[in-house]
Amino acid sequence: MVRDIAEQLKVRFSEMGLEVPLEEIEKKLDELINGFRVPIEEAKRSVLSQYAKERKSADLVKVKDIQSEGRWISLKTKVVQLWPSESELIAQSGLIGDDTGIIRFVSWVKSDLPPVEEDRSYMLKNVVTDEWQGRYSVKLTRSTEIIPLEEDIEVSSLVEELVGAIVDIQSGSGLIKRCEFCNRALLKGSCGEHGKVDGLYDLRIKGVIDDGQIVQEILLNRDIVENLIGITLDEAKKMAAEALDQSLVLDAFQERLIGRYFSIKGPRVGRYILAEHIKSAPKISDKEVTELIKESEALGC
Amino acid sequence: MLSREVAKRVFAREFGEANMAFKEQDDQYAPQYLLTPTGAKCNRIFFVGTLIEKEDIGNDVEFWRARVADPTGSFLIYAGQYQPEAAQALSSIDPPQFVAVVGKPNTYEISGEIITSVRPEKIHIVDADTYDLWILETARQTLQRLKQLNEGGEDATKAKEHYSPDIEHYKQMVLEALKTISKCGEKVSFIDLSDI
Repeated sequence: MVRDIAEQLKVRFSEMGLEVPLEEIEKKLDELINGFRVPIEEAKRSVLSQYAKERKSADLVKVKDIQSEGRWISLKTKVVQLWPSESELIAQSGLIGDDTGIIRFVSWVKSDLPPVEEDRSYMLKNVVTDEWQGRYSVKLTRSTEIIPLEEDIEVSSLVEELVGAIVDIQSGSGLIKRCEFCNRALLKGSCGEHGKVDGLYDLRIKGVIDDGQIVQEILLNRDIVENLIGITLDEAKKMAAEALDQSLVLDAFQERLIGRYFSIKGPRVGRYILAEHIKSAPKISDKEVTELIKESEALGC
Repeated sequence: MLSREVAKRVFAREFGEANMAFKEQDDQYAPQYLLTPTGAKCNRIFFVGTLIEKEDIGNDVEFWRARVADPTGSFLIYAGQYQPEAAQALSSIDPPQFVAVVGKPNTYEISGEIITSVRPEKIHIVDADTYDLWILETARQTLQRLKQLNEGGEDATKAKEHYSPDIEHYKQMVLEALKTISKCGEKVSFIDLSDI
């Protein structure tokens, strides 16, 4: 029993770059669980945190290698984007990346870390991975060390480009509200973390683009939506208020997007491509048509 | 998580000539497919064309039957209470109008003949440029499938066994479609259908 838990912890420690003898872990656990009747989960937590403090810096990994949660790692990354933090608990959040990908990061106020700047590169020692709704992120914690780098980290060759038709706009698009504490989109006025909150309005589109060969989910943030549709957040709020119906904004977006061809470009973030550029696909050219006619005529000859 | 199926691009004529509907698992919720003569395995299709007719054939509740024409023929569409978005769109759009449709293939049998139709998820008004883009894209992807018919892929092999497709017939269909978007269309002699 205690042995099983000790083995689990040993794996966790080695993920953190820490080699601890199994007997040592077992002894500590046994003392807490059997000697002092500490609940198993509390005992695990206690032993874990004892060693976590002694831990040397975690393994340096690449963004694409982040495939599990609760892993302590170090990253050499550049800050790609900082998001306005509307939460009192979050010091900073945004996107960081290296040449293998881009990932979301959060730095908590309670961790009391120096702020990072957009477009600057850093060595982030001892950050912990997290997962929410199938997407990984990293948390900067009290034990994280932020070291500014002179070199410029090249970010993500994973910027992808796609031309296709938008075939669906998913729920949670349009005029939405976000939790003022954690920026998560509210569901029926409730935040998954903070419960009933007032929330702040935002515009976003979660869409599906399809070129007949592949289908890809895309995410358009407020700036992109405002430019593409030509409706600002304030105008959207007004539309919804006048109609007493928030879904009117979504209807307008659907009318403008579904069934039409767009060319989008942006980094892959989890399941989505985060569209940094989106425009109507170029009209067909006579050259393309002529070439395809020739190719067709040659078939079977 | 179940991944979303790609919306295949097929012309109306090929879609109408398809009759091989199947499921890959026995489960009642397993996805339905329609395999077309050039080997497009369709769980969902996307097409653009001209809404040319619509009729509410329902009794108590609205049930719309509509036709959308492309350069090769027309798609038959049925939308009732289980396709609320599409049904509402059909009730408000008056033909003729360019529309884009996302939907699921459906088949039914009338005196031994298989009729294909579409159960739409989305119907939206679009412009002529979008129609041109769809024709070009669908021609390209149909041509691609025709080229791959002899390459031994699973869908291609199945399609060949079931339909023994006449490649010339579908090649002419692609050419007819392309000529409607070609600037030199006038100079090219139109394909005589009676030759096929």
